[in-house]
Amino acid sequence: MRPTSEEELSALVAEASGPLVIRGGGTRGIGRPVTGEVLETGALTGIALYEPGALTLVAKAGTPVAEIEAALSAEGQRLAFEPIDCRGLLGREGTPTIGGVVAANASGPRRIQAGACRDHMLGVRFVDGTGAVVKNGGRVMKNVTGYDLVKLMAGSHGTLGVLTEVALKVLPAPEMSATLSFAGLSTERAVAAMSAALGSPFEVTGAAHLPDGSDGTAETLLRIEGFDDSVAYRAERLRALLEAFGTARIDRHEGREAGPWAAVRDVAAFHDAPGDVWRISVKPSDAPAIARAADAEGLVFDWGGGLIWARVPAGTDLRARIGPFAGHATLMRGDEATRAALPVFQPEPAPVAALSDGLRQRFDPRGVLNPGLMA
Amino acid sequence: MQMPDPDAVLIGRKADIVSKLERLLPADAVISDIAETRAYECDALTAYRCPPLAVVLPGSTEEVAAVLRLCHAEGVPVVPRGAGTSLAGGALPTADSVILGVARMTEVLETDYNNRVIRVETGRTNLSVTGAVEEDGFFYAPDPSSQLACAIAGNIAMNSGGAHCLKYGVTTNNLLGVTMVTMDGTVLELGGAHLDAAGYDLLGLVCGSEGQLGIVTEATLRILPKPEGARPVLMGFSSNEVAGACVSDIIKAGVLPVAIEFMDRPCIRACEAFAKAGYPDCEALLIVEVEGSDAEIDHQLGLIKQIARGHDPVELREAADADEAGRIWLGRKSAFGAMGQINDYICLDGTIPVSELPRVLTRIGSLAAEYGLEVANVFHAGDGNMHPLILFNANTPGELEKAEGLGADILRLCVEVGGCLTGEHGVGVEKRDLMADQYAPADLEAQMAVKDVFDPAWLLNPAKVFPLQVSEARRTARLAAE
Repeated sequence: MRPTSEEELSALVAEASGPLVIRGGGTRGIGRPVTGEVLETGALTGIALYEPGALTLVAKAGTPVAEIEAALSAEGQRLAFEPIDCRGLLGREGTPTIGGVVAANASGPRRIQAGACRDHMLGVRFVDGTGAVVKNGGRVMKNVTGYDLVKLMAGSHGTLGVLTEVALKVLPAPEMSATLSFAGLSTERAVAAMSAALGSPFEVTGAAHLPDGSDGTAETLLRIEGFDDSVAYRAERLRALLEAFGTARIDRHEGREAGPWAAVRDVAAFHDAPGDVWRISVKPSDAPAIARAADAEGLVFDWGGGLIWARVPAGTDLRARIGPFAGHATLMRGDEATRAALPVFQPEPAPVAALSDGLRQRFDPRGVLNPGLMA
Repeated sequence: MQMPDPDAVLIGRKADIVSKLERLLPADAVISDIAETRAYECDALTAYRCPPLAVVLPGSTEEVAAVLRLCHAEGVPVVPRGAGTSLAGGALPTADSVILGVARMTEVLETDYNNRVIRVETGRTNLSVTGAVEEDGFFYAPDPSSQLACAIAGNIAMNSGGAHCLKYGVTTNNLLGVTMVTMDGTVLELGGAHLDAAGYDLLGLVCGSEGQLGIVTEATLRILPKPEGARPVLMGFSSNEVAGACVSDIIKAGVLPVAIEFMDRPCIRACEAFAKAGYPDCEALLIVEVEGSDAEIDHQLGLIKQIARGHDPVELREAADADEAGRIWLGRKSAFGAMGQINDYICLDGTIPVSELPRVLTRIGSLAAEYGLEVANVFHAGDGNMHPLILFNANTPGELEKAEGLGADILRLCVEVGGCLTGEHGVGVEKRDLMADQYAPADLEAQMAVKDVFDPAWLLNPAKVFPLQVSEARRTARLAAE
């Protein structure tokens, strides 16, 4: 089913007699396997409103991310939360949609400084499990009118409602970016260097550590963005501040060039490598110990150490390996059998799980929207 | 503004309820004497007052849980209170309710510079969070103007903003985790020092829920390294339209100031008379502040001044030193005090799309003329969050009602142009009955469904946020069942 309007989508959900598999561009495929009739939002497309002077963009949920990025780029703006393109990592085809980005709360390296996808969401329209059309938030930057269902919808993977429209805060794209790279740091030293950088006033917008680097040598990357002179100044100050970790190489990139950060964002290191991929969110200083316990075949650290991507043999129960920890682990890549056998999302403590179940029952009382996907 | 009739049965059981509370808490943590409960009869929305049945001031999460368990079992409504600085009546009691204040829970529990987080008890004031880390070069970004007095608990309940959110975001963007107690006494942990939610973003849902989903007792907050420096520039313009266009051009040019403040002529005059900050006599004034090293500030202000010159400013003044910066901010920061000296006022908080600024200011002017009242406008222009101040005389019978009528019309105007009723103060009781102007029945139903999940008996701060007739069936279901 591929409705071309919100009304049609609402009627389809209201009339559904069994489970629906909600799909944007079909490029993510995260979660427990769901069997049912596919309901695609890909025909709900178009940028409904874009006001560069107000840093605001409203688009139908099925609008391709590329279309939005092109429109923003023409005005020197961008989606600051740097959403991951999952196709390479998950080996999928298709066109990523803005609704899919929001449903997954997909945020890249700049999350540590600019915030997550959810922090840039101003409003949503969605169809709940009864077919009712609901709007929440709006198109303005500051809004505390009623409960924030916008945040609830971000990262709910189509289990509470089918997004039909999203309003986003956008930001100016920088004139220049510079990447400082350090070679050969251990994970502990890398996390310490990244912490020192993020604790400085130089506005670091990316902090990643690639233990295998590009040629087998560990690489620690720090990104600075902004006006040309300012970037040059802060990059030098940061290099001086971090002298104890070695002398950083500085590579400069014009505003639109991603440099090494597209590979960090999309976890390119694991694209052609076998096994399951887990995404672990932790307190940065806990990262080295948790990574050791994961005993992974491949690791990528983002968010100053706060995000660990771990590649392990297919079927590995990573949570069992690392034991109890503060944070959460999500199985991002795994075959259907593994995703059916292991909880894809971090199991919640009983009182929190009761609230999540309660919300599901309220927003989708018949259990037709991606049932079981997040359970 | 109406509140539901209090439950006479509960009021009749006051002595019993108080004695049960006294068994749970230290003697000085339960206040039931009518003279003392009067201190809690209102918050900063002082036009509405009602002493509660009792006030409890627990000292720990366990004590909060014990009180909530009791009130849940006894069917007693609970009104959470931080520092009582809400401008929306978020902490306004009813006569049958217990006020649960977190004012005694003020400890810093953990400061962690490596991970850039601080964990505090939520009775701690906003400014003292920054106070705990500033010597080490860090700060907590959200800065509501009541920051000297307001508590983190209230900031979380209302998702408070401030003057610097264009760059740093509001409370929800700086809140990483909470310890929260739901109405049945269950203690929950949401989030932590790590980023983003494991499942549904319940933390994002709780922030801004106006104390209706649970009572937050501890919070993990993101702290940021202080910028090297900051400097404001002041610009005067011959019309609101031109100032509005200048704001839009600054944003489009790719500069992201930390603050863009806007004042119109009535506000400039009042502030100048009060604070003598040396503001120009003009129709509209902008204060734009940028951050960074000296050279970076020079560069950004250079761009901003170049844009401003294209709009023919009547004044363009950059602070040469800290003293001049202080004077530029002085008038703006004394705006509310200046108004208070001339008159009583109601402070509105609607947000509009920035592009609608000139049109909205013109319409506010004609609405004010229709009502025969004066409105001064001061607001955060970068994010469209307006604070029209409606001036009136509370001693003139009927004038408060007239001012409230004008306020409601201005907020409806904000909604009509694509904005919202409240940008940072919250709905509380003040804007409760206007919610149906912004949201359709299905939209409100979805929000109330969330409260049904967290607080099925609707005992926590029940008569707020949703229009009374819209929430009535839910609020009275418990009474009907008894």
